[in-house]
Amino acid sequence: MSDTTRGRPGSPERGTRAGRSTRPERPRSPGSAPAVEEPTLEIDALIDDPSTRVVVCCGSGGVGKTTTAAALALRAATRGRRVAVMTIDPARRLAQALGLVHLDNTPRAVPGITADGAGSLDAMMLDMKRTFDEVVQAHATPEKAAQILANPFYIALSSSFAGTQEYMAMEKLGQLHEQRLPDGRPRWDLIVVDTPPSRSALDFLDAPQRLGSFLDGRFIRLLIAPAKAGGRAYLKVVSTGMSIARSALGKVLGTQLLDDVQTLVAALDTMFGGFRERADVTYALLQQSGTAFLVVSSPERDALREAGYFVERLQADDMPLAGVVVNRLVRAAGTPLDPAEALREVERLEQDAASEGAGPAGERDVLAGMLRVHAATAHTAARHLEAADRFARRHPGVPMCIVPMAAVDVHDLDGLREIGDALAAGGRA
Amino acid sequence: MSHLEPPDEAPAGDARDDWSRIRLHIVTGKGGAGKTTVASALALTVASLGKRVLLVEVEGRQGLAQAFDVAPLGTGEERLVRVSGGGEVWGLAVEAKAALIEYLSIFYHLGSAGGVLEKLGAIDFATTIAPGVRDVLRIGKVYEAVGRRDSSGAHAYDVAVLDAPPTGRVSSFLNVNEEVAELAKVGPIRNQADSITRMLHSELCVVHIVTLLEEMPIQESIEAVAELRERGLPLGAVIVNQARDALVDADAAGRLLAGDVDLDALSAHLETLGVRDGGQSVQALLTQTRGHVERLALEDDQLAALDDLGLPVYVLPHVLDPTGASSVRELAQVLADEAVWG
Repeated sequence: MSDTTRGRPGSPERGTRAGRSTRPERPRSPGSAPAVEEPTLEIDALIDDPSTRVVVCCGSGGVGKTTTAAALALRAATRGRRVAVMTIDPARRLAQALGLVHLDNTPRAVPGITADGAGSLDAMMLDMKRTFDEVVQAHATPEKAAQILANPFYIALSSSFAGTQEYMAMEKLGQLHEQRLPDGRPRWDLIVVDTPPSRSALDFLDAPQRLGSFLDGRFIRLLIAPAKAGGRAYLKVVSTGMSIARSALGKVLGTQLLDDVQTLVAALDTMFGGFRERADVTYALLQQSGTAFLVVSSPERDALREAGYFVERLQADDMPLAGVVVNRLVRAAGTPLDPAEALREVERLEQDAASEGAGPAGERDVLAGMLRVHAATAHTAARHLEAADRFARRHPGVPMCIVPMAAVDVHDLDGLREIGDALAAGGRA
Repeated sequence: MSHLEPPDEAPAGDARDDWSRIRLHIVTGKGGAGKTTVASALALTVASLGKRVLLVEVEGRQGLAQAFDVAPLGTGEERLVRVSGGGEVWGLAVEAKAALIEYLSIFYHLGSAGGVLEKLGAIDFATTIAPGVRDVLRIGKVYEAVGRRDSSGAHAYDVAVLDAPPTGRVSSFLNVNEEVAELAKVGPIRNQADSITRMLHSELCVVHIVTLLEEMPIQESIEAVAELRERGLPLGAVIVNQARDALVDADAAGRLLAGDVDLDALSAHLETLGVRDGGQSVQALLTQTRGHVERLALEDDQLAALDDLGLPVYVLPHVLDPTGASSVRELAQVLADEAVWG
């Protein structure tokens, strides 16, 4: 966030990838993109590049991640890619538009897509609990799996542990990525994922590890088998501590809960290897050059600050950041009319109206309306631009793509196509 | 009101429309709808009635510090603002781990054993073990603050305002009892969950939903209302944030949409303002103004969709800097004028 960030070795180039180009020749009018020299995120170059295999749309809640993911997937499909889009919790009408009527964890063809040549679009909605159940079933004997699935603590963990959704989103991504056609080619050559509506965008990266380290955590290990945890001298200290801890937690949580956890962890113990391995494989997949992270944000200061944290994190972890999509940016009409002058004129018109009483208004009311709307729009546009600009200054070299505010809310394929066009234009429209 | 019993009979509908006796306002809404700003404005409104208000956030975002333009909050309660008339807003950022350590030290006089627990990872374990437990700890802190009394026996805070998790997660957050029921069948966490549930269902508490006049937030708000109703939680108001003002006179708007305007007259008028570009500006401005008129019509449709909820709807205006401290003050004034304070 501070100037020191810019001095970080390797930054700002680090972590960026295909799909960027510098366009210093771009015109700078008040209604145009930020005035700072930042590269434009070339969406078409990104999705047309056959080496792009995974696009992850992330960002804080309410910024348009799902819509962006769906629009991007649709555009890639119509440009000839075989695409699967995984959404987490789409709005109802968007889900309908994508043909998402079953929550069955299987990508299905989106109706009404006419794609060029080989292109296709499948969509699915993540069923977190089912994904977790499948992981358990894949890694344990049937009897053991049944025992795990019935454990009360497993039920809580698989349906509501903070982080399970993120973990399962990653797990599912890994599964989709591995699916093959009969001829051995990957079933999809591009997978677009929406990320869960986390408190913070960082949760998507942190939560799987949090779940893993929780299940594999020291306390849990101690809880199951204190004797394994260390040498003899250490053991004495630890076991004293453990008995205090166990009794305190038993009092607070109830000993039944601790027993359930103990049983579950003991049952899961044999699958820990597989569990961790899978998480590591998927995390590694995210770090590969075939993956592109798109950080989605609204043009408001807070959302962009959150986007900034995410960008810094991706850069720090050497994750392949493609760029930032700034959604729903308001732009004022292209006119030399100064918004302040417009407001002054509105005042004059209102005074005229007051002094003339109910006389003929001519086009006065229309004009006053036009001028008020212009002043208000210009104000919002300036604030959005300022926020985008500040982001660009703090994160130089991060490609940006600006999507103007649409006139209506998106809920059908045509709306998604328009968003796709806007994404491809990147703010130059 | 010192007891925490549920009311004998619910008011008309299930909406609490008199807020004068409410001691806990819970504010939820779709992510990005402005929950924190509205919760802050509400706290300020209540403080302007001379009350001492505790404003609580539970998601570790430091949103309150931003809303009031102060340094990030620590683990304690800090005064955010004092208003004329003696009212105050205090802020608290609740964190489950700190709440558990405090809880253990109060109830078990653990002393240095707390450090051992922390070192062994037991605190981490207990606070991540299940969201139900974490939520009990977080709401538990709010519950404690609402019930706390000073040495004279008066309530330490007259009112608490909780900036709750977003609509997608709020009903499980507030449904702590059921969440922990399967996990913790006995013990203090369970007892605490029971007390919290009694408070949440009592006449001292309301849940407000913040929304924008857009399709997705409205849809999500309607779903949240249904879900909260199903769980028997008391509903307050739907608070519409960032509603656009109608900037065009109704008759003019109709003519704009119909294309029934005198372009030459408009062009000529713009020329008097020094804009001479052969009608380009007129066209651009007309398009922009039509966009505004159409947006307003969409907003009206969305507002109408809230009618069937049977809840009071308060509409907050579009403010210039939606997340700044000055907007919090502006919105507080509107809430003070609109809502019913007995």
